[in-house]
Amino acid sequence: MADSEYREMWEKLDLDLPAHDALLEVLGKFYGDIYMSQQGRLQGMEYLDFVLSEVHGLRIKELQDAKAEGRKIVGTFCVFVPEEITLAADAVHVGLCSGADAGTELAEQLVPRNTCALIKSFIGFKLARLCPFTESCDLIVGETTCDGKKKAYEAFADHAPMYVMEVPQQKRACDRELWKSEVLRYKEAVEKLTGTTITAERLRKAITIVNDRRRALQRLNALRSANPAPISGRDALLINQVSFYDDPLRFTQSINALCDQIEERIAAREGVAPADTPRLLLSGCPMAVPNWKLPYVIESAGAVIVGEESCIGTRNIRDLVDESGETVEDMLDALVDRYLKIDCACFTPNDERMDNVAAMAREYNADGVVQYSLMFCQPYGHEAIKLGKRLDAEQIPSLAIETDYSMEDVEQLKTRVEAFTEMLVR
Amino acid sequence: MIAGIDIGSRSIELVCLRDGERVLMRRLPTTFDPLAQIDSLLADVKCSAIAATGYGRALAAKALAQNGLPAVETITEIKAYALGAAALAPEARTVLDIGGQDTKAISLAGAGRVLKFEMNDRCAAGTGKFLEHVASVFQIAIEDFGAYALQGQEPLAINSMCTVFAETEATSLMARGYKPQDIALGLHASIVKRTMNMLGRVGLHHPVLFAGGVANNPCVVKLVTEALGHVPIVPDEPEMVGALGAALHAARLSVPA
Ligand code: SF4
Ligand code: SF4
Repeated sequence: MADSEYREMWEKLDLDLPAHDALLEVLGKFYGDIYMSQQGRLQGMEYLDFVLSEVHGLRIKELQDAKAEGRKIVGTFCVFVPEEITLAADAVHVGLCSGADAGTELAEQLVPRNTCALIKSFIGFKLARLCPFTESCDLIVGETTCDGKKKAYEAFADHAPMYVMEVPQQKRACDRELWKSEVLRYKEAVEKLTGTTITAERLRKAITIVNDRRRALQRLNALRSANPAPISGRDALLINQVSFYDDPLRFTQSINALCDQIEERIAAREGVAPADTPRLLLSGCPMAVPNWKLPYVIESAGAVIVGEESCIGTRNIRDLVDESGETVEDMLDALVDRYLKIDCACFTPNDERMDNVAAMAREYNADGVVQYSLMFCQPYGHEAIKLGKRLDAEQIPSLAIETDYSMEDVEQLKTRVEAFTEMLVR
Repeated sequence: MIAGIDIGSRSIELVCLRDGERVLMRRLPTTFDPLAQIDSLLADVKCSAIAATGYGRALAAKALAQNGLPAVETITEIKAYALGAAALAPEARTVLDIGGQDTKAISLAGAGRVLKFEMNDRCAAGTGKFLEHVASVFQIAIEDFGAYALQGQEPLAINSMCTVFAETEATSLMARGYKPQDIALGLHASIVKRTMNMLGRVGLHHPVLFAGGVANNPCVVKLVTEALGHVPIVPDEPEMVGALGAALHAARLSVPA
């Protein structure tokens, strides 16, 4: 596919072409520095390098082709939106990334300045006309997981076809009922959008597709408990990030192939870092593409990341949907139950997350936990204090980092992370 | 000879050891050309190993390695202060370091091992830079500012942690006729309050070793002592602790395995 055809496509999507060119250039350079410079990468990563290099090209072309066939595109910001339902209605489900400092000033005209970088980013991308995914969406589904997002979606609705799901904030029987009604309401909305009725057969197939992808990622994660670490945390994060926008079938197949390679590596006792490298678990706020700052700082400081306790990580793949349901009703119940297991910091209480982080640290043989929260993020900021105490009690060293997408604090971050790594070297 | 060098935002310190004894200590302002300052600090120094710490550690290590020094390493300020403090006072369990642009609280296990640490983030509130800035508003030399504040009787509350806003607060208090010594005392107290929060977060254990340039300020030391309810250990030349720690780290390096 020629670059000129992409340009035509971007033009049709009404992107701001000069600004978009600049974005792609920065992204390319960033990617080169952070990813291509790594030693001893797995061959299977070439697929991801390709997908990422074509993120605004081939993948968008695929979306346009799908649209030409009459399929609809649904964009989301959160792992609460049940992808199975979108897929069962034969629509395409993409996670909209929001991991870069772009259009921030424009965004600050719609949301207060002390809003987290993630929210500013998705608004900024839209207002600055930089994201071909956002521009391709027939529906954008938000959710009420934090006040910042809740209010931002109200403002965003003037600029995009917005639909909001109400996620409860407790997990009692009445909350389950609320969530179930929201899932049903989403099913109806998607059916209306696509004109496709969700049958048991369609839903069963969608559940299997998404579960299979989760299983492939679970397999990958399980392999990461090996020492020496067989894959870098940066690469693993990238895989998780790509899982949100690539075609699920193709993605699952590629990750399983990658896992075969990893198994060979482990058998040969090879790794991306020596066996005595401090192993860290990264935990907290989601890290959307291209938010690679902290992972890069960590892995440049002589540590290796062995797991992501994040929505772009285990929070999104830990639990499967029960596959035994026969009827649409059964399957919807299974979906409701599965999604309510998500241990997002928006819930109160949320003790499961504390348990999950501690268990993960042990499972992946981590020497310490780096807690990541975005500045101004209330839910994860609060939990950072609580989780810090819990990890102290379990004698798991932890470091809490609060940052955003700008580069101005990189030196301070380096000092903190290096000092934490020095502490863990035996 | 073994050397340690601490390249901070305000000043660069050098400590040289021979057979474990400190034989040389020097210091220069960082300026806008830290590499030239490092060169002049090291001009007549012959050492077999050197470790760099501080903000400019990576830059310095690169330059030093190019100069053909045999063993050059970097460590963070956290580790350097921990090692330095443990050598000066093995009984210390917590290190407080208030430097030019950073404040750190470190909780120590034996032998200079770090258990936990806290650092201020991007802004310079509560650091030496803050004091320098407000001293200049008072038109008092920074070396004399602590003694001046000690003349105050009633510390006036300064609510802002931001250097710029604290200055505004101080000037408006002056305009309202409050005693400048009391305002100066309030500014010192605001630093100490912030520091105590940080110490609390690492789990304060006594004795505390107070290092960094601000430990030369008698008013801060007095207020820290009051707040702790214990007298902190203040080493001679507290700003040298980081460079000493780096030198000790370099000494470990040069021991043949
Ligand atoms: S952190 Fe919570 S709100 Fe954010 S993506 Fe994850 S589940 Fe959704
Ligand atoms: S990072 Fe925190 S504040 Fe930002 S959208 Fe997510 S939950 Fe809300």
